[in-house]
Amino acid sequence: MTVRIGVITFPGSLDDVDALRAAKVVGAEPVSLWHADADLRGVDAVIIPGGFSYGDYLRAGAIAAQAPVMRSVIDAARGGLPVLGICNGFQVLCEASLLPGALVRNAGLRFRCIDQQLTVERTSTVWTSRYRNEYDEVRPILIPLKHAEGRYVATELDLDALEAEDRVLFRYHGGNPNGSLRDIAGICSADGRIAGLMPHPEHAIDALTGPGTDGLGMFSSLMDSLIGIAS
Amino acid sequence: MTSTGMTSTDVTGSGLASSDIAQDTVILAAASPDKPQPYAELGLQDNEYARIRSILGRRPTEAELAMYSVMWSEHCSYKSSKVHLAYFGETTTDAMREKMLAGIGENAGVVEIGDGWAATFKIESHNHPSYVEPYQGAATGVGGIVRDILAMGARPVAVTDQLRFGPADAGDTARVLPGVVAGISGYGNSLGLANIGGETYFDASYAGNPLVNAGCIGVLRASDMYTAHASGTGNKIILYGSRTGLDGIGGVSVLASATFGGSGARAKLPSVQVGDPFAEKVLIECTLEVFRAGLVVGIQDLGGAGLSCATSELASAGDGGMAVDLDAVPLRASGMSAAEILSSESQERMCAVVTPDKVDAFLAVCAKWDVPAVVIGEVTDTGRLVISHRGEVVVDVPPRTVAHDGPVYRRPYRRPDSQDALQANTSANLARPATEELGGLILRLAASENLCAKGWITDQYDRYVRGNTVLAQPSDAGMVRVDDETSLGLAMASDCNARFAALDPYRGTQLALAEAYRNVATSGATPLAVTNCLNFGSPEDPGVMWQFREAVHGLADGCVELGIPVTGGNVSFYNQTGAEAILPTPVVGVLGVIDDVARRIGPRFGQGRTPEMLFLLGETRDELDGSEWARVVHGHLGGTPPRVGLAAEQRLAGVMAQAAKAGLVTAAHDLSEGGLAQALVEMCVLSDCGAAITLPPPDPFVALFSETTARILVAVPTSRIGEFAQLCDEHGQPSSALGTVTPTRPRLEISGVTDISLAEMRDAWSGTLPALFG
Repeated sequence: MTVRIGVITFPGSLDDVDALRAAKVVGAEPVSLWHADADLRGVDAVIIPGGFSYGDYLRAGAIAAQAPVMRSVIDAARGGLPVLGICNGFQVLCEASLLPGALVRNAGLRFRCIDQQLTVERTSTVWTSRYRNEYDEVRPILIPLKHAEGRYVATELDLDALEAEDRVLFRYHGGNPNGSLRDIAGICSADGRIAGLMPHPEHAIDALTGPGTDGLGMFSSLMDSLIGIAS
Repeated sequence: MTSTGMTSTDVTGSGLASSDIAQDTVILAAASPDKPQPYAELGLQDNEYARIRSILGRRPTEAELAMYSVMWSEHCSYKSSKVHLAYFGETTTDAMREKMLAGIGENAGVVEIGDGWAATFKIESHNHPSYVEPYQGAATGVGGIVRDILAMGARPVAVTDQLRFGPADAGDTARVLPGVVAGISGYGNSLGLANIGGETYFDASYAGNPLVNAGCIGVLRASDMYTAHASGTGNKIILYGSRTGLDGIGGVSVLASATFGGSGARAKLPSVQVGDPFAEKVLIECTLEVFRAGLVVGIQDLGGAGLSCATSELASAGDGGMAVDLDAVPLRASGMSAAEILSSESQERMCAVVTPDKVDAFLAVCAKWDVPAVVIGEVTDTGRLVISHRGEVVVDVPPRTVAHDGPVYRRPYRRPDSQDALQANTSANLARPATEELGGLILRLAASENLCAKGWITDQYDRYVRGNTVLAQPSDAGMVRVDDETSLGLAMASDCNARFAALDPYRGTQLALAEAYRNVATSGATPLAVTNCLNFGSPEDPGVMWQFREAVHGLADGCVELGIPVTGGNVSFYNQTGAEAILPTPVVGVLGVIDDVARRIGPRFGQGRTPEMLFLLGETRDELDGSEWARVVHGHLGGTPPRVGLAAEQRLAGVMAQAAKAGLVTAAHDLSEGGLAQALVEMCVLSDCGAAITLPPPDPFVALFSETTARILVAVPTSRIGEFAQLCDEHGQPSSALGTVTPTRPRLEISGVTDISLAEMRDAWSGTLPALFG
């Protein structure tokens, strides 16, 4: 079967081409989705890419969360469609209340672009299953990170609930780059199908252009899951 | 309402306005020849004003005066530099021109790079605004250069920054540097352009006049190039992008007064423009879409001098006539005068020439991206640029007289008398360290402001976006893959050691060229074309003018020797504080091409399992005048800079290109400021790996710290040493074995001299900027 992975382009999206490339690299058919069009074009999963949607002039991701395409994504996600938000996409998912918490200005207040180690905290999701097979679970992965507003915050209650429900997907390892609470780099829904993270796995799929290929696992995991469903 | 009723607090531009005053029209101007005009306050000389009157056969209207004054300013007209810049054209041979599709005079130079692809690149200055308002000054500097590249029909793919500040620990540097870096970061990162490199230098001469230069590279299919011309009578002029406001009025004219036309004391918005990176991002995507759809005849960005520049340049490059209606221009403020609309430097705007049948399709693309777009006029065959406002003609001029026939100055130039004394004061008498002091000196220099790691700055820039970045800072050159579908890559480096340029501007500029050329070659790419951003003091100072002329000649002559053309450039004068000029700073950018980006050479050794040996390519002489050692240890600047060896640079580039192709070199780093010592520190720290070397005789101090040019430090797998030696032999390339890479010993061991741990080197090199800027 052909797996179709949709990538949304908002005005101000930047890493949409990178997400489309990652989809192609793992053998999916990349499908561009336009912010003003509510039609999800029958895709099997959606990636909300990095960037500064609508300039992020209100709060990062706040306007994008209200876009026509997002109303469809929210409905589909509640129906089980795998959705991944990367960086600005993570901010959009929080603003859309598909994930709890918020991303605020980095501690230190500066934009940071660095290669960051992460630990994969949960591998039983459609987005992270490959990390269980390929890596010893304690081995951290190296993924670029680049943002000014990536400090994950949530109420203590929410944080405790996330931990209790095993919904922390990634934690920063070897130093917390932005002051995120409990070193959280990425989280997911209870069933693991809706995931968001600040680092950019789509920038770590080729050693020529990234720090390595540790990001590939997220897209390969999705493929395993979708092809598994089909068969 | 009379002009005396104007308030000076109308900063929003929304209240009292010049619309209430009768405007100055062409008819009025003809009828009132003796009306006094504030041309001197607008920066025009008596003879220039007289020339405008003679061109028009009457006095200019206020709007015309605004246009001429801004277009005839130094920034727009190159009136002091033109006579010297002509030397670039005179010295460029047909062979050098072979791959050049567009050169000096266009928005940016364009060169063919193979497989039907072309590349365009340029560096521009935004120095003065960045001192007044560091964040917005730097931000709009990035915005401006990106639109220049876009206006050639190219997709901008990467940016670079060439920054110079006062001493790193000076109080004002703590204001300017973080603001400039945040501006580049905040604006540039929002555009989706990888930041792949640049330079940062500190020197006291920049304390009151920092330099903020911004570079951009774009790629296009060679057949898809656009230029700024308005041809085809009846074709429509479309202004699209942001609305036009009161910001940036008079920003490009050094002497511009706060008001135009004596119409009262209405305060303008800040004279530094305010950037909106989101508007720029959608403008880029919208423009690329109208290019793809073939909807454009000619295109021009709106930068310095705003609509004055865009309309007069488009018209004079086309059929020669244009009619424009300013009432159609979408405004941010109410009641703007014609002069204000024409002079506004509001950012994120472009002007396109479109055939009438494609106007609807063009506007539809703009609507898709929510980019405001309106038809503001059309191409005519009158030979005149006629601009109306509120139904009246306020401008009626021959467009070439505005855009191209500005004044040309032959300013006096003279080698300053002090130059002899400066050159006579060599470093020969400076105390040199004993061998046992060299280890400490290596660390001290590595931590010094000009040699230390610039990660505090470059980590604030997105180098990954769009996934084509192959090399970025701190590599010698930045490199991007042209497109996913090809292995073709572009490398770019820019350099200028202004200390060398101060000692000898001719040779110093050639050294800047040599270093940028070498940096590109170090990455494995072949240098192809040259751009420049010439930052100097006041052209009214004959000594500065001499430096400028020497720099132009040095660069042009050097390019002839290397066989690569200068495709464009930028001149920034008046960089001085009071009578004190900055060090002459002719920044030189070199663009290179590589067939297969997978063959690129980075600065990291010890990454594989194969043992590697270190070789030093090139010869080392005792050349320490103007060096970082002389500066850091002795606070000394004097003597003559290192010898230029362009033939040696060319040979080196040939060796590196072949070594890259054959995979003979695993890592390379060029030797420049700080010499071999600095190159070793940087390679060890970046590689997280040690090295053990023996210095070539006789003098370890000279071997470590001399800044002789045409040298590269390379790592070669021991299994390939024979082939590598043969390659060097074939090219007659001098090469000496220095030692080995030591992955298991994280130290820099220099036999008989010192033994420094990796941690010490890392702390010294990386700690300086974070300690100063947090």
